[in-house]
Amino acid sequence: MAVACTGHDRNMTITISGEVDHHGAKQIMEELDRQMAVVMPRNITVDLSGVSFMDSSGIAVLLRAYKSAGRQGGTVTVVNVPEQAGRVLRTAGLQKLLRFA
Amino acid sequence: MKEINSAELRFISRSANEGFARTAAACFSAQLDPTLEEINDIKTAVSEAVTNAIVHAYPDRLGKILLRLRLLEDNSVEIQVRDWGVGIRDIQQARTPMFTTGSEERSGMGFTIMESFMDSVKVRSAPEKGTTVTMRKRISLRVGGGR
Repeated sequence: MAVACTGHDRNMTITISGEVDHHGAKQIMEELDRQMAVVMPRNITVDLSGVSFMDSSGIAVLLRAYKSAGRQGGTVTVVNVPEQAGRVLRTAGLQKLLRFA
Repeated sequence: MKEINSAELRFISRSANEGFARTAAACFSAQLDPTLEEINDIKTAVSEAVTNAIVHAYPDRLGKILLRLRLLEDNSVEIQVRDWGVGIRDIQQARTPMFTTGSEERSGMGFTIMESFMDSVKVRSAPEKGTTVTMRKRISLRVGGGR
């Protein structure tokens, strides 16, 4: 599992790869919190193209990004969602909260 | 239902074992010639059940987890995840979407995902004695498939 954040002008892209489970979610959230404190993004794009597996721990990660962007009046867009991860996220109804592109 | 094969794994409640458990369950279930989607459903459900045991059954200590896998003659797989931890006081509440007693790292969607991805999910639990989650999924028979 790996997470990389890039951002400027209050826009941030979070690229997550590998297996997103409870074991790895804490590391993702810590990195997310660290970067968001620096960039204070309004709009967050989460790129899941490199994710090979995701369970409900991924839902918690995306909800954290959603709450953070919401505090700044911004949005979260999730891109390049693999089929397995998409099924997990749809089961949780995240398409009602987040933009999927 | 007659059993055609079975396996058991015992491991301690370290989060590093989540990936090991779901991969083992997927490899064992592969004998039934599942589709990629069916394999992913099994991996996801096992990951949720094992994570529940790691996070909730043993909140402040390491404990034992048993993963029992059975292939049945109707081309289904039965997966049991058992722990000897604190147990669940209110199973119905625990199965409610978005309910969690865990930290912000938990979404409370574990049981909902197990129920959505498997054909059946049964939970037996007793406070201070532990919890057993039993899940079944029937694997579709494919033309030309065999085992």
